[in-house]
Amino acid sequence: MLELKNICYSADEKNIINDISLTIEDSKFVVITGPNGGGKSTLAKIIAGIIKPQSGQILLNGEDITELGITERARKGISFAFQQPVRFKGITVRDLISLAAGEELSFGKVCEYLAEVGLCAKDYVNREVNASLSGGELKRIEIAMINARKTQVSIFDEPEAGIDLWSFKNLINVFEKMHSEINGSIIIISHQERILDIADEIVVLSKGQIAAKGKKADILPELLGSASPACKFFSKED
Amino acid sequence: MDKLLLNLMEEVSDLHGVPSGAYNIRANGEGADRKTTANIDIVTKTDKPGIDIIIKPGTKNESVHIPALITKTGVMDLVYNDFYIGEDADVLIVAGCGIHNSGDQKSEHDGIHRFFVGKNAKMRYVEKHIGTGDGTGENIINPVTEIYAEEGSYCELETVQLKGVDSTKRESKAVLKDGATLIIKEKILTHGKQYAETAFEVDLDGEGSSANLISRSVAKDKSKQLFLSKINGNAKCAGHSECDAIIMDDATVSAIPEISANNIEASLIHEAAIGKIAGEQLIKLMTLGLTEAEAEEHIINGFLK
Repeated sequence: MLELKNICYSADEKNIINDISLTIEDSKFVVITGPNGGGKSTLAKIIAGIIKPQSGQILLNGEDITELGITERARKGISFAFQQPVRFKGITVRDLISLAAGEELSFGKVCEYLAEVGLCAKDYVNREVNASLSGGELKRIEIAMINARKTQVSIFDEPEAGIDLWSFKNLINVFEKMHSEINGSIIIISHQERILDIADEIVVLSKGQIAAKGKKADILPELLGSASPACKFFSKED
Repeated sequence: MDKLLLNLMEEVSDLHGVPSGAYNIRANGEGADRKTTANIDIVTKTDKPGIDIIIKPGTKNESVHIPALITKTGVMDLVYNDFYIGEDADVLIVAGCGIHNSGDQKSEHDGIHRFFVGKNAKMRYVEKHIGTGDGTGENIINPVTEIYAEEGSYCELETVQLKGVDSTKRESKAVLKDGATLIIKEKILTHGKQYAETAFEVDLDGEGSSANLISRSVAKDKSKQLFLSKINGNAKCAGHSECDAIIMDDATVSAIPEISANNIEASLIHEAAIGKIAGEQLIKLMTLGLTEAEAEEHIINGFLK
């Protein structure tokens, strides 16, 4: 179980995360949504340890991990797929997926992970993760890496960005499969209705605060029924 | 050869004993062992130290190993090696220099290599430089490479210097005729107070000739690197040079590219990038469970792979 307690973070004298408390139960599929600039990516980075909050507490299975760095949190079972994946000169797709898995993977095993995200493995296994790969290809490799880690908590920051429509359905399948196989909690930051639709729970984040949270069945109709996405929730705090 | 020499040979040329094919092993400034084949002759020069390596036209899938090893302190080794690669030949040449210096005097190996690459011949040249030993004497390697590439020939050079060479100044010059291709891939890592200088000068004289010079380097600690490259496009040709460096600690790297188009059909490009390891690269690998130091090592190893 991942617990956030009274998390506050500000930068340049602006409150980005304003006293957020949130509990994510094991094996729950949670989608965090809300307007741009609402603090979603910042919250994900706080969970991964990339950003340090000024106050508040983060607990993983009851253990306080607030003071732990990125590496230690990763080793304790937190994975984070970047919104904008990083490129590496000279490091291959196979290297990265092996690093993610924590062991040197066979060609066949890397193929499996790549095939799941819709990449024809033989074209990619030994490719460098450099500028020759498109944004969409990098996003899929990023997802494959998280898949290979199989950790208790997997966070994806807008995984659908740059993925074409045809692949979208497969992407949904990937998350559903990951959810059922790893049996960990999955947190996805997304604006996509079809991703919202597979969530157990939806959290609406706006202006650094939780504007709404609850079961998909309770939240999604409100989001979709609004003239502008989530406006009902956002107006609450105004 | 003693164990020290054998170890050093293994490091510079990945050889566990004497190689197959032709070879010439130079140890502490003298010829130590040699083997020729029906197609590859090796002849000691009479006017100066060094050898002529003569590869018959049409020789295919053969290799020549010419490691130069120094295991003594205070050795100054200067050698002139000329390679004559016959028309239509296709060969692999593995050079490499290793210095193991446990003394307090400097040891130096300066190899002056000239390649005369015949029409439509194909040559792949691999060279690794390494310095070992815990003495205070400096390890110095200053190679000079000259390539004369005839019509339709193809030359690919891979040079690597990853540790222990205190000072190096490598000069490479090439002149290419019609349809000749030159590819140079250089990898350098400097640390401590080391100094490495690379200077390329390529004349693309022939129509349809092309050159691609790629340098990747990492400068750590207080080391210094200088990258100079000059491509002269004197005909309808294509030239590209690329210097990509990672800088760390208190190191310094300078890249001074020069491209000169002397023909309206010459197409020349230079790219240079110097910078520290991107923070997001470290963070990404740390989110996979690596420590910052492990992440750094992976990034550098990948970059120089």
